[in-house]
Amino acid sequence: MQHDKLAEMTQAPSRGVDHLELLESHAVFVIREVAAESERPVLLFSGGKDSAVLLHLAVKAFLPAKLPFPIMHVDTGHNFPEVIEFRDRWVDELGERLIVAKVQDSIDKGRVVDPGPGGSRNRLQTTTLLDAINENGFDACFGGARRDEDKARAKERVLSFRDGFGQWDPKRQRPELWQLYQGKVRPGEHLRAFPLSDWTELDIWQYIKRESIPLPTIYFAHRRQIVERDAMLLALSDWVSPHGDEVVREELVRFRTVGDATCTGAVASSATTIEEIIAEVSTSRISERGATRADDRFSETAMEDRKREGYF
Amino acid sequence: MDLLRFAAVGSVDDGKSTLIGRLLFDTRQLFDDQMEAVAAASAKRGVGEMDLSFVTDGLRAEREQGITIDVAYRYAATPKRKFIIADCPGHVQYTRNMATGASTADLALVVIDVSHGLREQTRRHACIAALLGVKQFVVCVNKMDLVKWDKEAFDRIAAEMESLAARLGVSSVTLIPVSALIGDNVVERSHAASWYDGPSVREALEDAPVGSWASTSDQSAQSASRLPVQWVLRRPGGGRSYAGMVNGAPLRVGDTVAVLPEGKKSTITNIAGLRGPLEVATVGLSVSVDLADDLDVSRGDLLATFDAAPEVVTRFDATVCWFAETPLEPGTRLRVKHTTRVTPARVLSIRDRLDVNHLRFDSASQLVSNDIGVVEIETATPLAVDSYSNDRITGSFVLIDEATYATVAACMVGWPALGEAPEGHEHP
Repeated sequence: MQHDKLAEMTQAPSRGVDHLELLESHAVFVIREVAAESERPVLLFSGGKDSAVLLHLAVKAFLPAKLPFPIMHVDTGHNFPEVIEFRDRWVDELGERLIVAKVQDSIDKGRVVDPGPGGSRNRLQTTTLLDAINENGFDACFGGARRDEDKARAKERVLSFRDGFGQWDPKRQRPELWQLYQGKVRPGEHLRAFPLSDWTELDIWQYIKRESIPLPTIYFAHRRQIVERDAMLLALSDWVSPHGDEVVREELVRFRTVGDATCTGAVASSATTIEEIIAEVSTSRISERGATRADDRFSETAMEDRKREGYF
Repeated sequence: MDLLRFAAVGSVDDGKSTLIGRLLFDTRQLFDDQMEAVAAASAKRGVGEMDLSFVTDGLRAEREQGITIDVAYRYAATPKRKFIIADCPGHVQYTRNMATGASTADLALVVIDVSHGLREQTRRHACIAALLGVKQFVVCVNKMDLVKWDKEAFDRIAAEMESLAARLGVSSVTLIPVSALIGDNVVERSHAASWYDGPSVREALEDAPVGSWASTSDQSAQSASRLPVQWVLRRPGGGRSYAGMVNGAPLRVGDTVAVLPEGKKSTITNIAGLRGPLEVATVGLSVSVDLADDLDVSRGDLLATFDAAPEVVTRFDATVCWFAETPLEPGTRLRVKHTTRVTPARVLSIRDRLDVNHLRFDSASQLVSNDIGVVEIETATPLAVDSYSNDRITGSFVLIDEATYATVAACMVGWPALGEAPEGHEHP
């Protein structure tokens, strides 16, 4: 996808129904299908660009009515304040119901162990998420994951079955024929529904531009205090401070993904508009997660391992 | 820009994943960090500098065994078009996953190891792809370097494949000698086979006609619109709109439609697209429509062109790809999911089983895992069905296990259309 020539191709005017319209229609079809077949669906929202697109599509799917399901944020507590501000403002404007499931609560209850100052809470989210699914009796969770993000995600169905322990078993996925999304589960089991499965990072940005979808400001270039760690640019925050001889620099950066602040890197960028971001993404030689996620570097199959446990 | 969805199919170890990896690598679709990760994984397992099958074989168990277990979806673009690629597993035990990948494909990239020729699994995959309505094959005769680009070996397989494709009703077959390992004839034409002057795999994929998988292969036959109702939207101030995806043929304001299975008649008065009101809603768009009459319309009902409405049935024959471990027998109770309707069903009889090696029907009392057959089904509520050859949406359904809710079969309304068989009995 990251062809040099792609940037100019994407500027070409479209005739008739373009691929973005088909992706949009397919995503809305999935959202309506799962909403109709599940008893208690929920939409997972992190405040990142993919979940912003997902929420936008969900709202469109049921206009003029309200969403027939609540929105849930699994909050690591290691947030960029701009993201929380964005989340609260948008949900408030929509007048929809937001559930916040806090990793801190899981730590306080002794369900998980706090990795301590500076440690990533990314993996702990799984317990918080699965507990919230159980407590609320959710049988389907919409997520903004895309198959082009990672090689394990590339293997996952649009409707991904989770057993009574929340686990994903890549060897026992349900066949998924045509567009016959079939989401019936037994009590205790649940589904993850990924309406954006076939979208690429570039599709997401082009759609954000076309639909003027709001985003947290950290996606756009700004000056920020950073340290370089494990070949990533980490923003200084309440949870990230310089180790040993690390040098604090101020740089022009933006975030390509939004996650736990302790393991989500920034990228050097001067892109301040969506057009500039599209141009940047089109020519990037590094994948989105490769550039920004320390948690994927632990092992060859880090995402698969987390997904097996019940991660997003 | 247009979009082609294709699925790589064929027997295990014939080189599907390596070919897809090569295609992505040589068209520079891979990010630097992804290539580094593939190189590191290759070194760790001692399989050379760059095992390109690792580009799509991303699961731990796949890399451990050097096989593909489930479909990997990859997204690519060349200056000519965009691609959605489904790299399917070859093992017979994962046929259900292959069918998953092929069910939404416009084209099948059939990979055959030149030294092995057409194996049973190659035939099964070709057969399933064709039954699923994939009418374009790009056939890669792979590992040609191992037979020193022997033209006769290629010609033998080409002849066999052409005759199989003709029987299966595949309208377009392009045969290409390749070496996925080395890259000959994959992205660029190679001089290795001086006797070959056809396209490279990339060229064949760029030049293949596109069409939404959900439309029939015969575009001229498209005249009937279908809108399975997914959701009833209640408008503020009264009135209802019916949400769903258009298929078959474009739906227009003013069209007269039948509400099925009841059969009541009404007129489309308004169509709301996701970007505003529409006069004409194209196939593949999610819309909501208003009707002139205040009828009882629910999720699971079907709006269809009144003059070309599908049949409403409770008993019908269907071609079934059976995936469950337990056999399918007369009397088996299941659920059917057809468009947006789920209903209890039972199998009345097994009509025939398809012998994939000889492409002939044999009588059978049951279908076992990965069998393809024709069965008679009875549903608890009436369904509005088209034959699969006329409409891939209203002509398809899945069977669901009543206890586990697992999807256990891919089904197509009607009998498969196979060409003249040299022997064995013909279907009616």
